[in-house]
Amino acid sequence: MAAHTQFSGGFQNAPVDAAHAFRAAMTVMARPGEIRSVSGCQPPAPLSVAAGVLLMTLCDPDTKVHLAGATNADAVRQWLTFHTGAPLTDATEADFAVGTWQALGPLNQYRVGTPEYPDRSATLIVECDDLQQTGPKLTGPGIKGTAHLSLPDVRALQTNASLYPLGCDFFFTCGDTLAALPRSTQIKDRG
Amino acid sequence: MTDQTNIAVAKRQEWMGLLARAPEDALMPLWDEMNTSPGFEWLRRPEVGGVMVRGRIGGSGAPFNLGEMTVTRCSLVLGDGTVGHGHVQGRSKRKAEAAALIDALMQTKAAGAIRARVLNPLAQQMQATKTARAAKAAATKVEFFTLVRGED
Repeated sequence: MAAHTQFSGGFQNAPVDAAHAFRAAMTVMARPGEIRSVSGCQPPAPLSVAAGVLLMTLCDPDTKVHLAGATNADAVRQWLTFHTGAPLTDATEADFAVGTWQALGPLNQYRVGTPEYPDRSATLIVECDDLQQTGPKLTGPGIKGTAHLSLPDVRALQTNASLYPLGCDFFFTCGDTLAALPRSTQIKDRG
Repeated sequence: MTDQTNIAVAKRQEWMGLLARAPEDALMPLWDEMNTSPGFEWLRRPEVGGVMVRGRIGGSGAPFNLGEMTVTRCSLVLGDGTVGHGHVQGRSKRKAEAAALIDALMQTKAAGAIRARVLNPLAQQMQATKTARAAKAAATKVEFFTLVRGED
Protein backbone atom coordinates (compact mmCIF):
# COMPACT_ATOMS: atom_id res chain seq x y z
CA MET A 1 0.00 0.00 0.00
CA ALA A 2 1.65 3.20 -1.19
CA ALA A 3 -0.18 5.71 0.96
CA HIS A 4 -2.94 5.42 3.52
CA THR A 5 -5.66 7.67 2.16
CA GLN A 6 -8.96 8.53 3.77
CA PHE A 7 -10.87 5.61 2.23
CA SER A 8 -8.23 2.90 2.00
CA GLY A 9 -7.97 -0.11 4.27
CA GLY A 10 -11.20 -1.86 3.35
CA PHE A 11 -11.60 -5.57 2.59
CA GLN A 12 -9.57 -6.51 -0.48
CA ASN A 13 -11.86 -9.43 -1.26
CA ALA A 14 -15.05 -8.36 0.45
CA PRO A 15 -17.27 -11.48 0.17
CA VAL A 16 -14.59 -13.91 1.40
CA ASP A 17 -13.02 -11.62 4.02
CA ALA A 18 -16.42 -10.67 5.44
CA ALA A 19 -17.50 -14.32 5.59
CA HIS A 20 -14.35 -15.28 7.51
CA ALA A 21 -14.83 -12.34 9.90
CA PHE A 22 -18.51 -13.17 10.39
CA ARG A 23 -17.65 -16.76 11.22
CA ALA A 24 -15.09 -15.55 13.78
CA ALA A 25 -17.60 -13.11 15.32
CA MET A 26 -20.28 -15.82 15.57
CA THR A 27 -17.82 -18.30 17.07
CA VAL A 28 -16.62 -16.00 19.84
CA MET A 29 -20.20 -14.95 20.61
CA ALA A 30 -21.33 -18.60 20.73
CA ARG A 31 -18.40 -19.63 22.95
CA PRO A 32 -17.78 -16.84 25.46
CA GLY A 33 -14.17 -16.80 26.61
CA GLU A 34 -12.80 -17.99 23.28
CA ILE A 35 -10.38 -15.60 21.55
CA ARG A 36 -10.03 -15.50 17.77
CA SER A 37 -7.87 -13.32 15.56
CA VAL A 38 -9.31 -11.62 12.48
CA SER A 39 -7.73 -9.76 9.57
CA GLY A 40 -8.57 -8.24 6.22
CA CYS A 41 -8.80 -4.51 6.76
CA GLN A 42 -6.72 -1.60 8.03
CA PRO A 43 -8.99 0.93 9.74
CA PRO A 44 -7.74 4.45 10.53
CA ALA A 45 -6.40 5.14 14.04
CA PRO A 46 -7.55 4.83 16.78
CA LEU A 47 -9.68 1.86 15.68
CA SER A 48 -8.04 -1.52 16.19
CA VAL A 49 -7.95 -4.02 13.32
CA ALA A 50 -10.48 -6.28 15.04
CA ALA A 51 -12.91 -3.40 15.69
CA GLY A 52 -12.57 -2.27 12.06
CA VAL A 53 -13.21 -5.77 10.76
CA LEU A 54 -16.28 -6.12 13.01
CA LEU A 55 -17.73 -2.79 11.82
CA MET A 56 -17.10 -3.67 8.17
CA THR A 57 -18.74 -7.05 8.64
CA LEU A 58 -21.74 -6.16 10.79
CA CYS A 59 -22.70 -2.60 9.76
CA ASP A 60 -24.74 -1.41 6.81
CA PRO A 61 -27.07 1.53 6.09
CA ASP A 62 -29.68 0.03 8.47
CA THR A 63 -27.49 -0.12 11.59
CA LYS A 64 -26.94 2.99 13.66
CA VAL A 65 -23.42 3.31 14.97
CA HIS A 66 -22.22 5.32 17.96
CA LEU A 67 -18.55 6.30 17.99
CA ALA A 68 -17.53 6.95 21.58
CA GLY A 69 -14.62 9.05 22.76
CA ALA A 70 -11.48 9.13 20.64
CA THR A 71 -13.01 6.95 17.92
CA ASN A 72 -15.31 9.85 17.01
CA ALA A 73 -12.69 11.31 14.66
CA ASP A 74 -13.10 12.65 11.13
CA ALA A 75 -10.97 9.89 9.64
CA VAL A 76 -13.04 7.15 11.31
CA ARG A 77 -16.36 8.78 10.38
CA GLN A 78 -15.38 9.12 6.71
CA TRP A 79 -13.97 5.62 6.56
CA LEU A 80 -17.06 4.07 8.14
CA THR A 81 -19.44 6.02 5.93
CA PHE A 82 -17.57 5.16 2.74
CA HIS A 83 -17.32 1.44 3.45
CA THR A 84 -20.59 0.70 5.25
CA GLY A 85 -22.93 3.67 4.80
CA ALA A 86 -23.95 3.25 8.44
CA PRO A 87 -25.60 6.34 9.96
CA LEU A 88 -23.90 7.79 13.03
CA THR A 89 -25.97 8.44 16.12
CA ASP A 90 -25.73 8.99 19.86
CA ALA A 91 -25.51 6.29 22.50
CA THR A 92 -29.22 6.04 23.27
CA GLU A 93 -30.25 5.00 19.75
CA ALA A 94 -27.22 3.01 18.69
CA ASP A 95 -27.29 -0.57 17.38
CA PHE A 96 -23.52 -0.73 17.60
CA ALA A 97 -21.20 1.34 19.78
CA VAL A 98 -17.42 1.44 19.56
CA GLY A 99 -14.86 2.81 22.00
CA THR A 100 -12.82 2.12 25.08
CA TRP A 101 -14.66 0.99 28.21
CA GLN A 102 -14.22 4.44 29.80
CA ALA A 103 -15.53 6.22 26.70
CA LEU A 104 -18.54 3.91 26.30
CA GLY A 105 -19.88 4.13 29.86
CA PRO A 106 -22.27 4.35 31.58
CA LEU A 107 -23.94 1.19 30.30
CA ASN A 108 -27.48 2.15 31.23
CA GLN A 109 -27.70 4.66 28.36
CA TYR A 110 -27.74 1.91 25.71
CA ARG A 111 -30.82 0.15 24.42
CA VAL A 112 -31.45 -3.20 26.10
CA GLY A 113 -34.42 -4.29 23.98
CA THR A 114 -38.02 -4.79 25.03
CA PRO A 115 -39.65 -7.96 26.43
CA GLU A 116 -41.39 -8.50 23.06
CA TYR A 117 -38.24 -7.72 21.05
CA PRO A 118 -35.13 -8.42 23.16
CA ASP A 119 -33.07 -8.28 19.96
CA ARG A 120 -33.60 -4.52 19.70
CA SER A 121 -30.60 -3.91 21.88
CA ALA A 122 -27.15 -2.44 21.42
CA THR A 123 -23.99 -4.42 20.74
CA LEU A 124 -20.92 -2.78 22.25
CA ILE A 125 -17.49 -3.16 20.70
CA VAL A 126 -15.07 -2.50 23.53
CA GLU A 127 -11.47 -1.62 22.66
CA CYS A 128 -9.16 -3.18 25.27
CA ASP A 129 -5.45 -2.75 25.95
CA ASP A 130 -5.20 -6.40 26.83
CA LEU A 131 -7.25 -9.51 26.13
CA GLN A 132 -6.45 -12.71 28.01
CA GLN A 133 -8.19 -15.92 29.00
CA THR A 134 -7.66 -15.10 32.65
CA GLY A 135 -9.67 -13.30 35.30
CA PRO A 136 -13.39 -13.52 36.12
CA LYS A 137 -15.05 -16.92 35.79
CA LEU A 138 -17.72 -17.34 33.13
CA THR A 139 -20.46 -19.96 33.02
CA GLY A 140 -23.56 -20.37 30.93
CA PRO A 141 -24.68 -21.33 27.41
CA GLY A 142 -21.80 -22.14 25.06
CA ILE A 143 -19.32 -22.78 27.86
CA LYS A 144 -18.30 -26.33 28.74
CA GLY A 145 -17.59 -26.15 32.46
CA THR A 146 -16.11 -22.73 33.02
CA ALA A 147 -14.16 -20.17 31.02
CA HIS A 148 -12.12 -17.11 31.93
CA LEU A 149 -11.82 -13.77 30.19
CA SER A 150 -10.17 -10.50 31.20
CA LEU A 151 -13.17 -8.17 31.59
CA PRO A 152 -12.94 -4.42 32.16
CA ASP A 153 -15.65 -4.07 34.84
CA VAL A 154 -17.18 -7.16 36.42
CA ARG A 155 -19.85 -5.35 38.45
CA ALA A 156 -21.37 -3.50 35.46
CA LEU A 157 -21.34 -6.64 33.31
CA GLN A 158 -23.03 -8.66 36.11
CA THR A 159 -25.76 -6.02 36.24
CA ASN A 160 -26.17 -6.35 32.46
CA ALA A 161 -26.39 -10.16 32.71
CA SER A 162 -29.06 -9.85 35.42
CA LEU A 163 -31.34 -8.07 32.91
CA TYR A 164 -31.56 -11.28 30.83
CA PRO A 165 -33.36 -11.79 28.42
CA LEU A 166 -32.80 -8.05 27.93
CA GLY A 167 -29.38 -6.40 27.99
CA CYS A 168 -26.45 -5.54 25.76
CA ASP A 169 -23.97 -7.89 24.12
CA PHE A 170 -20.26 -7.19 24.06
CA PHE A 171 -17.34 -7.74 21.76
CA PHE A 172 -13.88 -7.14 23.21
CA THR A 173 -11.17 -6.22 20.74
CA CYS A 174 -7.43 -5.83 21.19
CA GLY A 175 -5.22 -5.43 18.11
CA ASP A 176 -6.41 -8.17 15.76
CA THR A 177 -7.90 -10.39 18.49
CA LEU A 178 -11.54 -10.70 19.32
CA ALA A 179 -13.63 -12.13 22.18
CA ALA A 180 -17.27 -11.74 23.13
CA LEU A 181 -19.61 -11.77 26.09
CA PRO A 182 -23.31 -12.30 25.39
CA ARG A 183 -25.91 -11.25 27.95
CA SER A 184 -26.63 -14.92 28.76
CA THR A 185 -23.24 -15.50 30.41
CA GLN A 186 -23.03 -15.56 34.20
CA ILE A 187 -19.95 -13.84 35.59
CA LYS A 188 -18.27 -14.60 38.91
CA ASP A 189 -15.42 -12.53 40.24
CA ARG A 190 -12.80 -15.10 41.10
CA GLY A 191 -11.64 -13.01 44.09
CA MET B 1 -15.75 29.17 -0.81
CA THR B 2 -19.19 27.62 -0.86
CA ASP B 3 -19.80 28.87 -4.40
CA GLN B 4 -16.52 27.47 -5.59
CA THR B 5 -17.24 24.11 -4.02
CA ASN B 6 -20.71 24.09 -5.53
CA ILE B 7 -19.32 24.84 -8.98
CA ALA B 8 -16.73 22.07 -8.60
CA VAL B 9 -19.45 19.68 -7.44
CA ALA B 10 -21.74 20.64 -10.32
CA LYS B 11 -18.95 20.06 -12.84
CA ARG B 12 -18.09 16.72 -11.34
CA GLN B 13 -21.76 15.72 -11.32
CA GLU B 14 -21.89 16.63 -15.01
CA TRP B 15 -19.08 14.29 -16.08
CA MET B 16 -20.04 11.53 -13.66
CA GLY B 17 -23.61 11.68 -14.95
CA LEU B 18 -22.38 11.51 -18.53
CA LEU B 19 -20.23 8.47 -17.73
CA ALA B 20 -23.08 6.82 -15.83
CA ARG B 21 -25.44 7.10 -18.78
CA ALA B 22 -22.93 6.37 -21.54
CA PRO B 23 -23.35 3.02 -23.31
CA GLU B 24 -20.32 0.76 -23.06
CA ASP B 25 -19.73 0.53 -26.81
CA ALA B 26 -19.52 4.32 -27.01
CA LEU B 27 -17.26 4.90 -24.00
CA MET B 28 -14.78 2.04 -24.25
CA PRO B 29 -13.38 2.78 -27.78
CA LEU B 30 -12.76 6.42 -26.79
CA TRP B 31 -11.14 5.38 -23.51
CA ASP B 32 -9.00 2.68 -25.16
CA GLU B 33 -7.84 5.25 -27.72
CA MET B 34 -6.56 7.49 -24.89
CA ASN B 35 -4.27 4.59 -24.00
CA THR B 36 -3.57 5.88 -20.51
CA SER B 37 -3.18 3.36 -17.75
CA PRO B 38 -2.17 5.26 -14.61
CA GLY B 39 -1.26 3.19 -11.58
CA PHE B 40 -4.07 2.91 -9.05
CA GLU B 41 -5.25 0.89 -6.10
CA TRP B 42 -8.75 -0.28 -5.40
CA LEU B 43 -10.68 1.26 -2.54
CA ARG B 44 -13.77 -0.70 -3.53
CA ARG B 45 -13.56 -3.36 -6.21
CA PRO B 46 -16.25 -3.25 -8.91
CA GLU B 47 -19.51 -4.65 -7.58
CA VAL B 48 -22.89 -5.04 -9.23
CA GLY B 49 -26.02 -4.01 -7.40
CA GLY B 50 -29.46 -2.52 -7.83
CA VAL B 51 -30.76 0.96 -7.15
CA MET B 52 -34.31 2.26 -7.05
CA VAL B 53 -34.80 5.04 -9.57
CA ARG B 54 -37.20 7.66 -8.30
CA GLY B 55 -38.93 10.30 -10.34
CA ARG B 56 -41.20 13.30 -10.01
CA ILE B 57 -43.93 14.07 -12.49
CA GLY B 58 -43.05 17.32 -14.20
CA GLY B 59 -39.97 17.49 -11.99
CA SER B 60 -42.00 18.98 -9.14
CA GLY B 61 -44.64 16.45 -8.09
CA ALA B 62 -44.41 13.97 -5.23
CA PRO B 63 -41.56 11.47 -5.71
CA PHE B 64 -42.53 7.98 -6.81
CA ASN B 65 -40.55 4.80 -7.42
CA LEU B 66 -40.02 4.45 -11.15
CA GLY B 67 -38.31 1.07 -11.03
CA GLU B 68 -35.09 -0.69 -10.21
CA MET B 69 -32.03 -0.64 -12.38
CA THR B 70 -28.74 -2.46 -12.31
CA VAL B 71 -25.66 -0.39 -11.54
CA THR B 72 -21.99 -1.20 -11.12
CA ARG B 73 -19.84 0.84 -8.81
CA CYS B 74 -16.20 0.99 -7.85
CA SER B 75 -13.77 3.41 -6.22
CA LEU B 76 -10.05 3.73 -6.68
CA VAL B 77 -7.17 5.95 -5.69
CA LEU B 78 -4.40 7.11 -8.04
CA GLY B 79 -0.75 7.14 -7.03
CA ASP B 80 -0.97 10.83 -6.07
CA GLY B 81 -3.94 10.22 -3.73
CA THR B 82 -6.74 11.42 -6.03
CA VAL B 83 -9.90 9.42 -5.40
CA GLY B 84 -12.18 8.50 -8.28
CA HIS B 85 -15.64 6.97 -8.07
CA GLY B 86 -17.40 5.17 -10.88
CA HIS B 87 -21.15 4.49 -10.81
CA VAL B 88 -22.41 3.26 -14.16
CA GLN B 89 -25.57 1.66 -15.44
CA GLY B 90 -25.38 -1.99 -16.39
CA ARG B 91 -23.18 -4.85 -15.31
CA SER B 92 -19.90 -3.94 -17.01
CA LYS B 93 -17.07 -3.87 -14.47
CA ARG B 94 -14.66 -2.71 -17.18
CA LYS B 95 -16.82 0.33 -17.81
CA ALA B 96 -17.08 1.09 -14.09
CA GLU B 97 -13.29 0.97 -13.84
CA ALA B 98 -12.91 3.30 -16.83
CA ALA B 99 -15.48 5.70 -15.35
CA ALA B 100 -13.69 5.78 -12.00
CA LEU B 101 -10.32 6.36 -13.69
CA ILE B 102 -11.76 9.18 -15.79
CA ASP B 103 -13.33 10.73 -12.69
CA ALA B 104 -9.98 10.61 -10.90
CA LEU B 105 -8.02 11.94 -13.88
CA MET B 106 -10.52 14.78 -14.38
CA GLN B 107 -9.35 16.11 -10.99
CA THR B 108 -5.71 16.12 -12.11
CA LYS B 109 -3.74 17.97 -14.78
CA ALA B 110 -4.85 15.43 -17.36
CA ALA B 111 -8.37 16.92 -17.23
CA GLY B 112 -8.01 18.96 -20.45
CA ALA B 113 -6.88 16.02 -22.55
CA ILE B 114 -9.57 13.73 -21.14
CA ARG B 115 -12.28 16.30 -21.75
CA ALA B 116 -11.14 16.92 -25.34
CA ARG B 117 -10.62 13.31 -26.31
CA VAL B 118 -13.19 11.36 -24.29
CA LEU B 119 -15.90 13.43 -22.64
CA ASN B 120 -16.68 15.90 -25.43
CA PRO B 121 -16.82 13.28 -28.23
CA LEU B 122 -18.89 11.05 -25.95
CA ALA B 123 -21.36 13.85 -25.18
CA GLN B 124 -21.62 14.66 -28.90
CA GLN B 125 -22.21 11.02 -29.79
CA MET B 126 -24.92 10.65 -27.19
CA GLN B 127 -26.54 13.91 -28.21
CA ALA B 128 -26.47 12.79 -31.88
CA THR B 129 -28.15 9.48 -30.98
CA LYS B 130 -30.77 11.31 -28.95
CA THR B 131 -31.45 13.81 -31.73
CA ALA B 132 -31.69 11.06 -34.36
CA ARG B 133 -34.16 9.16 -32.21
CA ALA B 134 -36.20 12.27 -31.51
CA ALA B 135 -36.26 13.09 -35.25
CA LYS B 136 -37.45 9.57 -36.06
CA ALA B 137 -40.18 9.86 -33.47
CA ALA B 138 -41.15 13.34 -34.66
CA ALA B 139 -41.61 12.03 -38.23
CA THR B 140 -44.36 9.70 -37.04
CA LYS B 141 -46.19 12.38 -35.11
CA VAL B 142 -49.85 12.64 -36.02
CA GLU B 143 -51.35 16.10 -36.08
CA PHE B 144 -55.01 16.35 -35.23
CA PHE B 145 -56.92 19.26 -36.65
CA THR B 146 -60.32 20.26 -35.50
CA LEU B 147 -62.16 21.95 -38.29
CA VAL B 148 -64.28 24.84 -37.20
CA ARG B 149 -67.86 24.02 -37.94
CA GLY B 150 -69.72 26.79 -39.51
CA GLU B 151 -72.49 27.24 -37.00
CA ASP B 152 -73.38 30.83 -36.90
